[in-house]
Order: sequence, then C-alpha cells, then structure tokens
Amino acid sequence: MRHTLSVTVENEPGVLSRVVGLFSGRGFNIESLNVAPTLEEGVSHMTISTIGEEQIIEQIVKQLRKLVTVIKVVDLTEHKSVEREMAILKVNAEDAKRAEILRIVDIFRCKVVDVSVDELSIEITGDNGKIEAIINLLSRFGIKEIARTGSVAMKRALQI
Amino acid sequence: MELTGAQIFLECLKKEGVDVVFGFPGGAVIDIYDELPNYPFKHILVRHEQGAIHAADGYARATGDVGVCLVTSGPGATNTVTGIATAYMDSIPVVIFTGQVPTPLIGNDAFQEVDIVGITRPCTKHNYLVKDIKDLAFTVRQAFYLARTGRPGPVLVDLPKDIMQQKFEFVWPEDVSLRSYNPNLKPHTRQIKKVAKLIEKAERPLIYAGGGVISSGAEDELTWLAKSLNIPVTATLMGLGAFPGNDPLWLGMLGMHGTYAANMAINNADLVLAIGARFDDRVTGKVSTFAPKATLVHIDIDPTSIQKNVAVHVPLVADCKSALSALKSEMELKSKSIDWEVSHAVWVRQVQEWSEIHPLRYKKGSKFIKPQFVVEKVYEISNGDAIIATEVGQNQMWAAQFYKFKRSKSFLSSGGLGTMGYGFPAAIGAQMAFPDKLVVNIAGDGSIQMNIQEMMTAVCNNLPVKIVILNNGYLGMVRQWQELFYNRNYCETCMDAQPDFVKLAEAYGAAGFRVTEEKDVEPVLKEAFALNKPVIVDVRVDPEENVYPMVPAGASLTDMLLV
Repeated sequence: MRHTLSVTVENEPGVLSRVVGLFSGRGFNIESLNVAPTLEEGVSHMTISTIGEEQIIEQIVKQLRKLVTVIKVVDLTEHKSVEREMAILKVNAEDAKRAEILRIVDIFRCKVVDVSVDELSIEITGDNGKIEAIINLLSRFGIKEIARTGSVAMKRALQI
Repeated sequence: MELTGAQIFLECLKKEGVDVVFGFPGGAVIDIYDELPNYPFKHILVRHEQGAIHAADGYARATGDVGVCLVTSGPGATNTVTGIATAYMDSIPVVIFTGQVPTPLIGNDAFQEVDIVGITRPCTKHNYLVKDIKDLAFTVRQAFYLARTGRPGPVLVDLPKDIMQQKFEFVWPEDVSLRSYNPNLKPHTRQIKKVAKLIEKAERPLIYAGGGVISSGAEDELTWLAKSLNIPVTATLMGLGAFPGNDPLWLGMLGMHGTYAANMAINNADLVLAIGARFDDRVTGKVSTFAPKATLVHIDIDPTSIQKNVAVHVPLVADCKSALSALKSEMELKSKSIDWEVSHAVWVRQVQEWSEIHPLRYKKGSKFIKPQFVVEKVYEISNGDAIIATEVGQNQMWAAQFYKFKRSKSFLSSGGLGTMGYGFPAAIGAQMAFPDKLVVNIAGDGSIQMNIQEMMTAVCNNLPVKIVILNNGYLGMVRQWQELFYNRNYCETCMDAQPDFVKLAEAYGAAGFRVTEEKDVEPVLKEAFALNKPVIVDVRVDPEENVYPMVPAGASLTDMLLV
C-alpha cells in the first residue's frame, strides 16, 4: 500500500543524504520525495511517498525516527490529510487537436503556461490520482516532456 | 582566554574524562599531535588505523566507557571504516576523530581528502563535519553524549586542519539537549504488568539475553529474575557473560552454533523473554519456525529492533536495566504467593536433561590436539577470570562454547559484522584498560594475520596480551562449510603457507611458543600466561575439526548437526 510520510528535519547539510541513504541502504522504496524549508528557522519539511507492506512501513517510520537529525515523522495515511502534487506536461498540440486538449485542460482545472505552434505546456495541481488521470488522457496526443514535483502533504486541521 | 582548535579539542577530551586515545598521526591532525604532550591522557600509537578503532572498541567493551580513536584524513580515515562498522553492528560506544583537509579545500580533491562523513553515514550512529570553530566544543560534547546514551554506537567527528589552527574562546557546554534525540529509557507500566502476568502463567519460560543487557548494565537484574523465578537462560554471542556461565540455569548460547539444550528450549518454550537482543539470523535460523510455541516478549531500547525480523507479541521499548528493575519489583510482589521452584520444576528438569543428553563435546583420543581442549585449558588455567578477545570463525565459536564466561565485559568479539582481525587490537584496548588482568586473544591462523602488525603496539606499550592461535592451517569456518555444503571443494581456504609465528613474535620482541602435542598444551599455556610480555602460542590443532552443533543457514533451530 502507498503511504505518505510527513517528516520534519533539521535543516543542515547532509540531512537529505541521511534520509535517502536510509532508504537505499535498507532496500526501501521511495516513490517521491519533496523537501523545502518551513516557517521555523533551521527546520525543513519532507514529504516522502513510499510503497510497502505494513511491517516495512513500520520499519521505515521507526528507522527515520532513529536518525538524529529527524525531529518528527507522521504517517499521513493514518490521518486526514491534504496531499497535492504539481506537474508540467508538454503536449503535442497541432491545430486539429488543440481544442480537445484545451477542453481537457478546462475540465481538470489546469493552466496553460506556455504555447507554441504545435505544443502546449500545461500546469496541473492535484492529488496523485488526478495527475495520473490527466497523463493518461493526454498521452494519446503525445506527451513530449513531463516534470513532476512529487507529493507535498500535511495533516488537516482539527474539525470542530 | 582564546585557545586554538587543537587545544579546544583536547580540552574537550579532558572534560569528557578520556584517559586513553588510540591513534595514528598524519598531516591533517598534526596540530592536535603538536599539543598532545601537554595533556594528561595516554596516546597509544598503533601500526594501522584499523588497529586504533578496534583497540578503542575493545577498550569500550571491556570498560563500558567510550573508546576514543584519532586518525588523519583520507586513507587514515578510510582505514577505520571496518572498525566503525564493527562497532556499529554491535552497538559499541566509540568516538572517532578524523582529520580533514582545510575547509577551503574541501570538495576539491585535495591531497588526502575523502568525504569520510559521507562514507560513514550508514555505519555510524551519527557523524559530524566541524565547519566552524564556534561549533567545535559543542560538537565534541554531542558526539560523546550520542555515543554513550540510548542504544550506544560509534560517532565520528571530522576535524578540518584550519579549524584546528584557528583561535576561539573555549566554553565547555555543560548541558546537551537535542530536540530530535530522546531515547525512551523508562518502560511502560502497563506493558511491565502484562509481562509479569505472562511470567506468572508460563509453564515453560525462557530468557534469551543479548548484548543490550551488558551495555545497559542489567546483569544483576537479569540474574535475579532467572534465579528467583527459576527460569533457564540462554544468550546470543553478544550476551555471553550477562548471566554466569557456570550456573545450573545456564543453557549456553543459542542459534547456529548454539547448544542442543538452548535450541530445544527455544523450540519448546511457551514464553520467551528476549532482552536486549535483536533476533539476528544466526540466532533465529528459519524465522517461521523460531520459538513456535512461545509468546514472545521483546525488551529493547531501540524501537527499530522490535518487529524487524520476528513478529513479537509484547513489545517493550526501554532501557534493559530500567525494564528489568521494574519487572523485578512487579515479580517480587507475586513471589509472595508463588513458589517458582515448584511451578517451573518440570521445565527446568527438562532443559537440564537436554543439556545432559547432548552437552557440548568433541571427540577425544585423536592424534591431533583438539581446539576445544585448548579453550578448556585456557579456561581452567585462567580460572575463568580472563578477558577473552576472539577473532572470527571457528576460533570464535569454540571460545564462545567452551569458555564459561562468569561475568560480563569479559568476552570481546565481533558479533554482528564478523570482523577477522578484530580480536588482537581489541585485546590491546582491553589490556590498556586493565593492565593487571589476563587478556587472551583466541585466534585462528588466518585471522591473526589480518592485524598482526599490532604486535609492535603491544610490545612497545608493555601490554602482555596472550595470543593463542588455534592453528589448523585453514580458514576453518569457510572450510567447514565447504566440507558440509560444497562437496569438500576446499577452494582457497588452505592457509598452510604461513609465517613462523614463533619467530614472528620474537622478531617483534615478544615471546613465542609452538605446541604440537596435547600434553604440552597446559604447561606451555601456564608458562605463557606467567610471562609479563606479549606472547604468541601457536597451537597446531586438528586441521579438519568442525564446530558442532551446527544449524545449516536458513534451517530450523531443531535441525542441528551434532558431533
């Protein structure tokens, strides 16, 4: 099963390498990884998507917590959370196909961020499933290039 | 007053109470060596950096304190990696200081530059590169704190040369707190009560002790638990000495080369208390058939060890000593109404019967000296009071089986990594800590040659370590596997081309003896042990003797090959 981990770490050199090394050294899988600073100085936030059996996920969480530079690990799969990914797709878009592509862009509430004679660059934000869906739909036109951020996620606020 | 980085570093070691540093100088650490004579601790100059880290490790295992090792950058640093991995696998507190090229040169492939922080990331508990002299004292303080607290382990600090030369005010940080590092020491009360109830109900309980018992200093609590509640005890290689090896409740080691009684006991127990052990594959054999009838309780300070290899029923994350103390209090209450002597009598009789049917033994009356006989003699002559360091392989297993370790910290052996060449430098480290104790390195003819150069270290520091080589002319353990599982294809395991160990000892200024007859084993060992200098005793043993019992890799523990 796919799990999304929210990992708070000290923002210092080598932290990313420690986390990635932990996964590669122990044969765990990283599906996507995203890292950026938080509001708190000296602290960064990582979102790690990984796939594995429950026992493997338990080990991953424990091993991450064991790293001296890791402050907090939350398995978001166990909580209500918001998860988003951004992708930019460069799609073949000759005149005949352009209208249909733009309809799909509209339905998916994406944005066209670059246009040329025979290509459109489309920005899309959404959960993992939405990104996969639009890739599937647009692939028949020919996707020339793709750039994905991987998931960013956080726990939802407590509902009153 | 402002001090140089080198002075600040040495002041920190003084504050940490370091009394011995094992090291080897080089360009990147020359500023530290320049200041060293002004400081009170002893520096032991080894002959190879691998010797330094193993010696620091041996010192740590024998004393329970942090071992310290100081080497230069590049090759000096990389030469310690095997020793760092050895300490990491066995959770030994050592702090390794490596020199580094000046900070402006880092990343430029400078002479003797290597990214040792990158290289050792997977085999240290944590590591640091000091990039600012302002961080130096705090970093050294943290390194010692991390090495000795929680699950102990090696911590490396990389020290660039220019930082050692800069000047800064020395302020000793009294307190260390890391927001991300809070080992859970105290056991959960409800879990303790649950374990107490399980013990009360169990008819066939068994204690399986690991190195965590020793590193947390829980030997007394463990012994109380076993003796007061009449529970038999087995241990991992790392746990040897945690419980007296001459006690009637002691079953011997379990696992691949464990005793028949220990392996049968784990197979039949209805409750297994795993304490500070990590269910290594050499212990469990085939995981699916490990302790099939038992409720498994696992006490460990490291949550990652729990549920890693084996699914346990009652996990208990805590320092072993705290957990066993709490369990002791709980059981003391129950002991008022329960006669444990009676409630576990049938089970204890059963495991003792297994010990009687298949004790550790070897075939006698051969024309060859049996290696097990030599270990028995080392035990007898030393009265079981020696510190035994071993190399890795058959010598290690025979030492583990036939020397009855009566107290903890008296068996120094590379358990997790299985590092050949570990034993002799580790023995040097132990002898440094205990100059008046008998320290014996039980070695093989193959493994002793991996760090034999440290003989010079032993000789010039008057460290009377005794090396007993169980010389069978083979890389014995691999040869045993080749014999049993590879159709006797002894490919590249024959080591009959070897130096004259007696002359080699003499060349270094040590003493050397050769023993080829069984009758000479005892008198020569006595003579060697009485000498106040390093000695090699080269004992020519049966070349094709095997270690038994043996559970083939991946088989169930009950599938033992017996003598």
